[in-house]
Amino acid sequence: MNSVLFGKRLGTLAWVTAGLLLAAMLMVFFYAPEDADQGFRQKIFYVHVPMAIVTLCGFMVAGIFAIKHLRSGDRSWDVRSYVAIHLSIMLGVGVLLTGAIWAKTAWGHWWVWDEPVLVSYLIVFLLYCCYQPLRFSIADPERQSRYASVFAITAGAFVPLNFIAVRLAEQYTHPRVLSETGGDMPGDMRLTFFVCIAAMALLFTTLWKLELTNKHTAEQLRRLRRRLEAQA
Amino acid sequence: MIATARAILRKDLTIEVRRRESVPAMVLFTVTVFVLFHFGLDRDTVEGDIATGVIWVTLLLAALLGINRLYVAERDQGGFVGMRLAPIDLTALWLAKAVALFVYLVALEIVALPAFDLLLLGPGLDGALPELLPILLLANLGVAAVGALVAALAIETRARELIVALLLLPLLVPVILAAAQATEPLLTGGQSPDDLAQWLGFLALYDVVFVLVSVAVFDFLLDE
Amino acid sequence: MIALEAVERRFGERVALRDVSVHVEKGQTLVVFGPNGAGKTTLLRVLAGLLRPHSGAATVLNASLPRESWKLRGKVGYVAHEPLLYRDLTPRENLRFHARLHRVAEPRIDAVLHAVGMTDRADDELTELSRGMVQRVAAARAVLHDPALLLLDEPWAGLDPAAIEMLEPVIGSASGKTRVVVTHDVAGGLSEADVTLGLRDGAGVAVGDEVAVRELYG
Repeated sequence: MNSVLFGKRLGTLAWVTAGLLLAAMLMVFFYAPEDADQGFRQKIFYVHVPMAIVTLCGFMVAGIFAIKHLRSGDRSWDVRSYVAIHLSIMLGVGVLLTGAIWAKTAWGHWWVWDEPVLVSYLIVFLLYCCYQPLRFSIADPERQSRYASVFAITAGAFVPLNFIAVRLAEQYTHPRVLSETGGDMPGDMRLTFFVCIAAMALLFTTLWKLELTNKHTAEQLRRLRRRLEAQA
Repeated sequence: MIATARAILRKDLTIEVRRRESVPAMVLFTVTVFVLFHFGLDRDTVEGDIATGVIWVTLLLAALLGINRLYVAERDQGGFVGMRLAPIDLTALWLAKAVALFVYLVALEIVALPAFDLLLLGPGLDGALPELLPILLLANLGVAAVGALVAALAIETRARELIVALLLLPLLVPVILAAAQATEPLLTGGQSPDDLAQWLGFLALYDVVFVLVSVAVFDFLLDE
Repeated sequence: MIALEAVERRFGERVALRDVSVHVEKGQTLVVFGPNGAGKTTLLRVLAGLLRPHSGAATVLNASLPRESWKLRGKVGYVAHEPLLYRDLTPRENLRFHARLHRVAEPRIDAVLHAVGMTDRADDELTELSRGMVQRVAAARAVLHDPALLLLDEPWAGLDPAAIEMLEPVIGSASGKTRVVVTHDVAGGLSEADVTLGLRDGAGVAVGDEVAVRELYG
């Protein structure tokens, strides 16, 4: 694994992320107009949807890392894949929670079935919840990495298919979110939305690199310790 | 590769015909679940969306029984070792298992659908049959491909059957979604669904994607 | 035929084989001694191409492991602890299956069945056969494709003298094949060995005579 690259640009990245997050927050609260129907509560959508999009991309990118792992046999790709999935799952909880909050404040129910992003997300989330139990039920580390990669590739291919299926289904031809957002979003809303996506993507990347650096350092430490013990 | 797959398939079907373990269990399970639904829903007949749900969920859960057993003999009786020592393309194993599972599912449906018609279904199946067939075939293909892959993934893990169920059911949601959407109009009194083509197309896409994924990654599951 | 140089194989944190080196020429018999858990079965599986060596140099039948392990397929005959046969099939069906996998012609099945003396029981289900008979079918399976290398994990364990005598020309030194045999029979093993190797906790130990072997079990 490239030891030097991990920590180096992390500092700069963190600053840029913080800056963009701040900009995003300012825009959400002061720039974007209030929604005509839902008022202030609609603003949670600026957290919910970007987080959903970023984590879904995280799952798919993890699948690509997994492909690289299987093709090269280099375990560092598996670590990158693992961290991406792990992070996406944790943020995924946030997606479901913000989704529930939004559903409750907007329509009075904690869960609604006619929201395609949310429904499709729940299924993906349930699938990826099996990732860690799968990993930990395999003792041999090499086999664990390989099987995890197979899972990540299969599940990564599943994400878009699942989304297509849910969108095609009859009840979802009039999704509430996308009719508000897709075609009819006013310019300032749209700009805020994209800034939020960018901020969320950078946040994900920063956290991802941070966790990778953490793991890498821990591994180096473990290796040194083992070498010392062997010499003792 | 095809010849190898055929040899493995013949072996599996020989054992299944001789031991009669998977298919009868799946059939028995299905009929039992129909009875459960009768009591659970407190109804003598079902139709429309409820009928669709009952038949597809039941078939899927019955498939799980067959899927759990797919690789057990290979693991416990040295099948994997024997095949890894032979000059064969190991993807043939996946292919053989997927085809075997497809055959088991067809056998299951040949009994389960008339049973469903007899026990629970309100409107008859006869009119719906020609449209139902491609839905069943494409859905079976998807279940077979993904089932053969996930079963191999789970066979070496500790909580085998649990992992299969937890992994497989979300993966099969698009199949059940498409199949149900396509079937429902057929069970509400025989109308032909407008977007049958759309759902068949989606099922075909799902099948293609997962066949490709399975063929690409299966080898890595048997390596050591 | 076999050249191992400081081969290592781990399972997670546990080292199953460490610094194992041995050379075997064509036609020779290598006998591997060692207490249970020493790594003998692991060694056999590495030689079969079933397990990848993690470090060291390993060449078996001109295939450099692990890179070229695929070259070994079809060239190794393995008699393991388990018979590697399907319980629900008859001996003939089992052999037919392996014949198809290895692209071996039908007549060879009968020849091999005859060689291990199982011709008249070939169509009984495996569950009806005694352990000795099953072992004979397992040996038949191992030599069906006329492999260049035989890997035998305690092949004579639990067999009566008649069965052993029958299998000698098939998988014994009389077969003329290059063999690696794992056994606990010290005297018997030493008598058939051209090369010996001792394993203790995964480490290779040179063992020349009976005393050295017994020390392994120390």
